[in-house]
Amino acid sequence: MTSEEVRKSILDIIADIAPDEDLSGIQDEVKLRDQFDLDSMDFLDIVMELRKRFNLEVPEADYPQLVTMSSCVEYLTPRLKDHQPVG
Amino acid sequence: MSRNLPDEQRIVITGIGLTAPNGDTLAEYRQALLDGKSGVVKFETRYMGELLAGVCNYDELKYQKKKELRRGTRAGSIGIYCSQEAVADSGLDWAAVEKARVGVYIGVTEHGNVETENEVYNISKYGYDTKFWSHHHNPRTVANNPAGEVTLNMGITGPHYTIGAACAAGNMGVIQGVQMLRLGEVDLALAGGVSESIHTFGIFASFNSEGALARHADPAKASRPFDRNRNGIVCSEGGCVYVLERLPDALKRGAKIVAEIAGYAINSDAYDYILPEPVRQAEAMRLALQRAGMEPQDVDLLSSHATATQLGDIQEVKAIREVFAGHDKLKINNTKSYIGHTMGAAGVLELTGNLPSLEDGLIHPTINLDDPDPECELPGLVANRPEQVERVDVIMNNSFGMLGINSVLVVKRFEK
Repeated sequence: MTSEEVRKSILDIIADIAPDEDLSGIQDEVKLRDQFDLDSMDFLDIVMELRKRFNLEVPEADYPQLVTMSSCVEYLTPRLKDHQPVG
Repeated sequence: MSRNLPDEQRIVITGIGLTAPNGDTLAEYRQALLDGKSGVVKFETRYMGELLAGVCNYDELKYQKKKELRRGTRAGSIGIYCSQEAVADSGLDWAAVEKARVGVYIGVTEHGNVETENEVYNISKYGYDTKFWSHHHNPRTVANNPAGEVTLNMGITGPHYTIGAACAAGNMGVIQGVQMLRLGEVDLALAGGVSESIHTFGIFASFNSEGALARHADPAKASRPFDRNRNGIVCSEGGCVYVLERLPDALKRGAKIVAEIAGYAINSDAYDYILPEPVRQAEAMRLALQRAGMEPQDVDLLSSHATATQLGDIQEVKAIREVFAGHDKLKINNTKSYIGHTMGAAGVLELTGNLPSLEDGLIHPTINLDDPDPECELPGLVANRPEQVERVDVIMNNSFGMLGINSVLVVKRFEK
């Protein structure tokens, strides 16, 4: 996947986890938690969905890498480069 | 006829919220009962294919966000809908209610099966690797979940109890609320019962293995208590929650009082895991009457528990015949014939369908009684069409469950 495809995949996951949120105005540099109603259980959902959709294991030490959209894309793009987009 | 309790010990129903397979408000539900409208439909169940069930169609998003629905359980959602509707019906100024003095008491037949089955199914898609097991499993399956979700949704900081009592649970939730109000533990109780049981295949499969799962080509005809051709239980979802208050509090705020809880009883058969025991059922009915300061002759309407199993119906009839021998004016009906067995909600939901008769004397019938079983014959059984009586002052409601738990509620028209 390209970084743009990775970004789209993360957006899809957040849309499932936070179905009441309007994600159209997402700011990639702002913490996801500060923009949307997301708590620690939701971040575990993101980790779970990455595991389910891409067979990707995010070690607990790397959870801070998922704090903004930009940091997600930066962290995940090299790890998902051999994956095809899902869905 | 009734015991003189001090007013502080008298508990009244001042709000009702419900969802039944044939109605999502008391008005809709009552009309469906008078019209003979069933809520049983064909229902697809994991591993078992098409079966029959009572399915609710309340608006899940009326009081919950999509995310709450995703996080929580169906039992929690039903509890929230019913509790919110009950508060709305009560006329309480909810914003002004002291939330630390509100208690939530929700009866369930079982809890956790739905989510556990879902997770086992989920990991089966990943080679049973448990790292795919959801972190939401524990908060969804802890035994206090349904009542706990109500407190989260409504900002209630008083106590919450989920009361496990098999199919006697709907009455038990109400009884627990009454007890806590009488003890002064809370000033307001949200009390009743819920069922999410149709979402666990296990409950269908177990009744099926027991030879107690109803089948019929016409879903509306499947639940047929007291009929010779009854062939078991229709599993249903549903819920009903009351706002309960001590009488002086209700009077002070000018609340609409639906009925007064006159008496109750809970006992145990100590007899068998599944088979009911009429001697103990009769004892429970008598104890509830004794606590209400009433005689059997004081009861105008008996809302029966019968689930349409071969033996269960006969056993309850034996108990009723014994307690009410010689009471030729007693009317009896059965609401499972419309909605199936709403499990943890059954007691309170079935009682609620009858509460309007305190106002209008109109009694909804037991439907599907095409070929009455002589072994279930009861002189006052209202069958197939509604019956108008002069007045209904007192209703008894039976609710019995596995492991031999019996619960009986007696309510009466409120009079100062």
